[in-house]
Amino acid sequence: MSVDRTEELLLNMGPQHPSMHGVFRMVVHLEGEVVTKIEPKLGYLHRGIEKLAESRTYPQFIPYTDRLDYLASPHNNFAYVLAVEKLMGIQVPERGEYLRIIFAELARIASHMVFIASAALDIAGWTAWGYAFRDRERILDLFEMTAGSRLTVNAMRIGGMIKEPPAEFWPALKSFLDDLPEMFEEYYGIYLGNEITMGRLKNVGILTKEMAENLSITGPVLRASGVNYDVRKAEPYSIYDRFDFEVPVLYGCDSYDRNLIRLDEMKESAKILRQALRDIPEGPIMAKVPKLIKPPAGEVYHRVENPKGELGFYIVSDGTTKPVRMRIRTGTFINLQTLTEICTGWKIQDVVAIFATLDAVLGEVDK
Amino acid sequence: MEALNQIPLNISAAIRGLFADPHSIWADLIMTVIGIIGVIVVVVLAALILILLERKVAGWISQRPGPNRLGPHGWFQTIADALKLIGKEDVTPAGADKFIFKVAPMIVFGIPLMSLAVIPYGMGLVPVDLDLGIFYYLAISSVSTLAFLMAGWGSNSKYSLLGGMRAVAQMISYEIPLIFSLLGVVMLSESFSLTKIVEAQNVVPFIALQPIAFIIYLIAGTAEVNRAPFDLVEADQEVVAGPMTEYTGLRWGLFFLGEYGNMTAVCALAATVFLGGWQGPALLPGWIWFWLKTGILIFIMMWVRWTFPRIRVDHLMHFAWKILLPLSLLNIVLTGFGIYIYQLVIGG
Repeated sequence: MSVDRTEELLLNMGPQHPSMHGVFRMVVHLEGEVVTKIEPKLGYLHRGIEKLAESRTYPQFIPYTDRLDYLASPHNNFAYVLAVEKLMGIQVPERGEYLRIIFAELARIASHMVFIASAALDIAGWTAWGYAFRDRERILDLFEMTAGSRLTVNAMRIGGMIKEPPAEFWPALKSFLDDLPEMFEEYYGIYLGNEITMGRLKNVGILTKEMAENLSITGPVLRASGVNYDVRKAEPYSIYDRFDFEVPVLYGCDSYDRNLIRLDEMKESAKILRQALRDIPEGPIMAKVPKLIKPPAGEVYHRVENPKGELGFYIVSDGTTKPVRMRIRTGTFINLQTLTEICTGWKIQDVVAIFATLDAVLGEVDK
Repeated sequence: MEALNQIPLNISAAIRGLFADPHSIWADLIMTVIGIIGVIVVVVLAALILILLERKVAGWISQRPGPNRLGPHGWFQTIADALKLIGKEDVTPAGADKFIFKVAPMIVFGIPLMSLAVIPYGMGLVPVDLDLGIFYYLAISSVSTLAFLMAGWGSNSKYSLLGGMRAVAQMISYEIPLIFSLLGVVMLSESFSLTKIVEAQNVVPFIALQPIAFIIYLIAGTAEVNRAPFDLVEADQEVVAGPMTEYTGLRWGLFFLGEYGNMTAVCALAATVFLGGWQGPALLPGWIWFWLKTGILIFIMMWVRWTFPRIRVDHLMHFAWKILLPLSLLNIVLTGFGIYIYQLVIGG
């Protein structure tokens, strides 16, 4: 006996699905190809970093922070060392501050390049993927010259930077900055300026200003929804107040603007890098810090503008060499909350593209 | 050069000459077998060369070397891949509809074999010279929709099912502008026979008279063989590999052979119908002209694939029904008027 009826299709995407970023998994409820509900499943990369911090000394924990948002590891170092320095009241020398900014902004460009690459790949823009990864290689080379490693750079120390960059670092950085505008044109030409891309992404996955504010979204996703909020401007840390740069804000609230804003941010980062390269003074790169780092008892919260969103470290110290408690507020973990709301009602194909615009890095989501 | 052009005819005459009666049933049978083997060789060779070429072209476009380890410049890469596929375990998923699952890749591979059999590769070099060549070609190529649906349904996998359903929607939609774009050519040459169509282009190739039809054909043909930007059927980012998700080893290899064979067939038909087939300046023999034209079209398809992202599924349908279909109908009307005026001028 056969009965004609339709049935909801339950589709499991991830953790091994080709389009999933990292080991994210979502259970998608489908009505035909239209998504009616999404259940995100997290935790495949959970390493208990916050708990691990309690059994590590303060300097020992720096390499662990690299493993949060591994596409922009200097930013994680930056947020952590700034929090500890705030607790201890350490003043970092000028040159150290400039080097930190250079590393952080290079990491922002590298991270956004990976974003452009993976977002393009999710709508089958294979060549854009190749272009962006080719250019990111040059940033990783710069990291390698200084810190010896490419991805998890571990370049910052409590009180300054690990090392003075070698002599060949500066001409390489300068030539990279000179080539950047051409790279941006290429990305726009092959990916964002393409008619099919615009058709795919414009007016898809609307995240309104109210929704973004209510869900405490941060980073480029928030700024593409028309909110002018950037920690570098709202609460300037390190020496960001000395640089002349804009915070790009777009009002489309859709997937296309969330793509485009990354390109704009890379341009602003390049501006900061040029100024830093011009102004960087000579001098020491490390402050005088005690051999044994024992912050005074107390608690501290410090946040930075990570390429993915706001990254904050909350540290409770009891005056010993190890923190009592640590809590990390990561950007994409909170940004992922919007997934269900902005994806419902779109086709499975659009959901892949919308998910890409949230730029989730699972190291940061699962911690 | 005329001698080179005549090579296939001479070979055929020589083989027939071996028999007492050159047109006996046995001579015809032997020629048919040679034709079948020839087409199989064309499909397999085309796939071997095109897979390597595709990876090389992809490399050049996205500024990386492409395969370059095995043999000079990596030329043996496809052979190694083929050997690997033969050595793989043949898995049939539990719960699959076994008969349908196993038959689908054979159909996918069979279609280019059947459609390439009617293409004139050179002067007198047609495996099967049908009077209704174009009609036969279109009828055969539309069967591939069924093969993808079978693979999608028979695999008992959700991704395969989604891919199979997409295949049906997409391929049926794009078949209509494809057929209409070829009608203009049929009107001009007053024949369905591919040989006659090539002969009708001895003055000017039909691309000059039917530029809109040519563009419509290329776009619809790209969609018909599921290549980017119309590769929704096997979109890895969405449905993993669509109907092919559950296939392994040689069965999967048959899908691959079929895909590249189909691409060759679509480009070969375009070269025949719009670019004058084997007709060309006498610098080169006809069959080289034919493959040169087909090769250029294949390269254009690869270029498009590695440049454009995938189109959205609703835009795909809009494009077929709201743009390509009216445009191809308009083309038929214009062609009709053109022929009428031409006849008035010539006849008057």
